[in-house]
Amino acid sequence: MAIEHDTLVHLSKTFGLFYLIALSVGVLIYAYWPRNKARFDAAARAILNEEDRPCP
Amino acid sequence: MVSELTTGQRQMALTFLAMLALLGLFVAAFGRADPIGGHGWLVLVFSLLSLFAVLTNYYDPEPAADRSAAYYDAPVKAGIIIAMIWAVIGMFVGAWVAWLLVNPDLTFVEEAWASFGRLRPVHTTAVIFGFGGNALIATSFYVVQRTSRTRLAGHLSPLFVLWGYNLFCLLAVTGYLWGINQSKEYAEPEWYADLWLVIVWVAYFVLYLRTLARRKEPHIYVANWYYLAFILVVAVLHIVNGLALPLSWAQAKSYSLFAGVQDAMTQWWYGHNAVAFFLTAGFLGMMYYYLPKRAERPIFSYRLSIISFWGITFFYMWAGSHHLHYTALPHWVQTLGMTFSVMLLIPSWASAGNALLTLNGAWHKVRDDATLRFMFIAAVFYGLSTFEGSFMAIRSVNALSHYTDWTVGHVHAGALGWVAMITFGAIYASVPWLWKRKTMWSPALVEVHFWLALAGTLIYVFAMWNSGIIQGLMWRTYNESGTLAYSFLESVEAMHPYYIARAVGGSFFLLGALVACYNIWMTIRAPQPAGALQDDHPQERTDPVLEAGR
Repeated sequence: MAIEHDTLVHLSKTFGLFYLIALSVGVLIYAYWPRNKARFDAAARAILNEEDRPCP
Repeated sequence: MVSELTTGQRQMALTFLAMLALLGLFVAAFGRADPIGGHGWLVLVFSLLSLFAVLTNYYDPEPAADRSAAYYDAPVKAGIIIAMIWAVIGMFVGAWVAWLLVNPDLTFVEEAWASFGRLRPVHTTAVIFGFGGNALIATSFYVVQRTSRTRLAGHLSPLFVLWGYNLFCLLAVTGYLWGINQSKEYAEPEWYADLWLVIVWVAYFVLYLRTLARRKEPHIYVANWYYLAFILVVAVLHIVNGLALPLSWAQAKSYSLFAGVQDAMTQWWYGHNAVAFFLTAGFLGMMYYYLPKRAERPIFSYRLSIISFWGITFFYMWAGSHHLHYTALPHWVQTLGMTFSVMLLIPSWASAGNALLTLNGAWHKVRDDATLRFMFIAAVFYGLSTFEGSFMAIRSVNALSHYTDWTVGHVHAGALGWVAMITFGAIYASVPWLWKRKTMWSPALVEVHFWLALAGTLIYVFAMWNSGIIQGLMWRTYNESGTLAYSFLESVEAMHPYYIARAVGGSFFLLGALVACYNIWMTIRAPQPAGALQDDHPQERTDPVLEAGR
């Protein structure tokens, strides 16, 4: 079955819209989920650690 | 580099290089009637030289039994030096073609290889893939080890990635000069070089994932997300856009599997995402590590960095069609590309703002430290050129800007102002850390380089803005009788002063890169300071806990 131009237009106007909105909402929830804050702050600070060899 | 390998690994390297040399010999023999034969010889010479390098160090003492107690920095050091060599080659050719546009007689020789059409891809490939790519590979190896607190997962594969990638760059650049070019912008190399790059790139991806899997940190730091997006998406883009059928196994020429407007769309889906994932995501990874590290402040908002990451990866994918406004491409696809390009301003400015706000409270360091100032200017230019890009993607603006020097100016605002500046910042930060020096050999020369690079970029970009807008306006000015007011040649003549300014700006930038090479060379050559620093960072340390791993 060949994919028609109209099928692609239809897909991008329906599924394309909704999955991008869902993705945006998902990312926002993940980034602002209160329990994740401590982990993110720790990750941001960890690179400033002066230790410079691999952890054993 | 060989001294870090065990005898078994040295033997594996020799076997592999011998096989590669044999492959080169086969290509040279079967392709002797075609330009591909020359590349067979190149592969043969390249692998024999590498073979020789391994052999001369074959009997070096083996490394300590437990190598995992230290980071694997040999490929990082080599990558940085190679990146600077490519920078000089690429910027020299860039300055040369800029002067060629000022005076077409500056080819010096009456040979095909010295014509603008062949030199121009040498410039773009050498700066984007040679300089940018090697800098990305080197810094990604550096960053993934530090942020995961583990050694790279493998000893041969990082060397294979680095040297294999440079063999690809050599095949690309020499091919253009011989007239081997598949005429897809930023994807010029022919099928066999493309296939080789696929192998190298998959090895890079696997190495990166395996290193991350070994990490000792609970969370994967955001810089790695950007580097990983760069590696993964470049693989996808390269494979799809490179789909082609060669005339035969012994011929360089191939035909794309796509035709007509599909070919154009695939090419610009590739082309714009090469900008997005090679020239943006990778260098954002660099910025998210080196800028906080150098400013000694954590990133302003880690949450914002996550949001902008997903925004950039998922929006950029759809922006490529803005390169094909007013073409045979369906109108709605053009509109889609335009809309996503405008939406991209949000994650782009989130990253630029995040970088600048990280510096809030460290402005005295930006003033005193040219290395951090390189990164600061990079963030400013990133913000500027992403704004400009979103604006130029709007169809009615594109009607004026497309096919003019404005596009060239926009690309260089990004390439010189953002990509090169963040890279120089990262290199100036890493070199003393890697070679265990307190600072660069001459901080004053870093300062000189900074001002040369900034002046060069500003001269270049302003020249091209003026030139591009004049060009665009001249091409669309009508007289009373409804015909075009200017001939094309008149618009070419009007460009001449701006072409001189552009060539001067580019030459400044090249001069800055030469200063950087000298400074890096002297830093490496400088005798080890008394009480040599054992760790990467210049600070003196007294904490006994840090001794435990020795």
